[in-house]
Amino acid sequence: MYKVKVYVTLRESVLDPQGGAVKRALHTMEYKEVEEVRIGKYMELTLKNTDDVEKRIDEMCSKLLANTVIEDYRYEIEEVVPS
Amino acid sequence: MKFAVIVFPGSNCDSDMFFAIQDALKEEVAYVRYDETSLEGFDGVLLPGGFSYGDYLRSGAIACFAPIMEAVKQFAESGKPVLGVCNGFQMLLELGLLPGAMKRNDGLKFICRPVELVVENNETMFTAGYQKDEVISVPVAHGEGNYECDEQTLATLEEKNQVVFRYAQAINGSKADIAGITNERGNVLGMMPHPERAVESLLGSEDGLRLFQSIVRNWRESHVTTS
Repeated sequence: MYKVKVYVTLRESVLDPQGGAVKRALHTMEYKEVEEVRIGKYMELTLKNTDDVEKRIDEMCSKLLANTVIEDYRYEIEEVVPS
Repeated sequence: MKFAVIVFPGSNCDSDMFFAIQDALKEEVAYVRYDETSLEGFDGVLLPGGFSYGDYLRSGAIACFAPIMEAVKQFAESGKPVLGVCNGFQMLLELGLLPGAMKRNDGLKFICRPVELVVENNETMFTAGYQKDEVISVPVAHGEGNYECDEQTLATLEEKNQVVFRYAQAINGSKADIAGITNERGNVLGMMPHPERAVESLLGSEDGLRLFQSIVRNWRESHVTTS
């Protein structure tokens, strides 16, 4: 089995309206040191054993899990041996 | 002319679209479910607004993989008219039939009110019934209508007159105030405002009706056999 962690974030070049609102809220709370907030998504996938797991995860990310027009993604694959 | 209104789990403007075609435009129309696979016999496809699949992951993202979407892609590729409104526009972007993507509105609010649109291009099958630069009133109802694309894509859109509608006043942060764009061929239109909600004066505006009439007129012109 595999445990996969997928992180999806808005591209650096894309303004993040939600992140901007959260940053302003943090500033209101006197956390003035916050320079930027970027909001993204975190997904956990559990996979049965399969060949080409990295290639298939990459496909899942580019086809569905992230919209590569405005988002970047990265993932961590961990092989899990069921006890 | 016969229209298909595609219905997804979570669509909520499908009936508005259906009755706009049936009662205001007075053309044939039928619902087609997301799990069907054929658009045989239809002359136009309408992707309605709403929250398909609960807007999970991203607006319109999961709808792209519904069984009917292969037929929608082929329909678009064959040059027949495809109109996506609101969530339908988001689907067209996710499908890659139109360039760009949607972000949350700049103010983070769901905006639901009539807005003024400028008709930037009246030489499309969707807008021939308008004057160039005409200002029309059509309602919007969206939380994610903040159009985003890279500078090169924007330059191409502008150069090829693919920007069909612009907001007269900025409302949601949309790049270049874009409210609606077509593909390069001009047979696929995506727009955030709802023309189907502006088809009779009782609704506050009938400015949306000419969009549908334009589609029908274009279709008639290409289907009348010269004798």
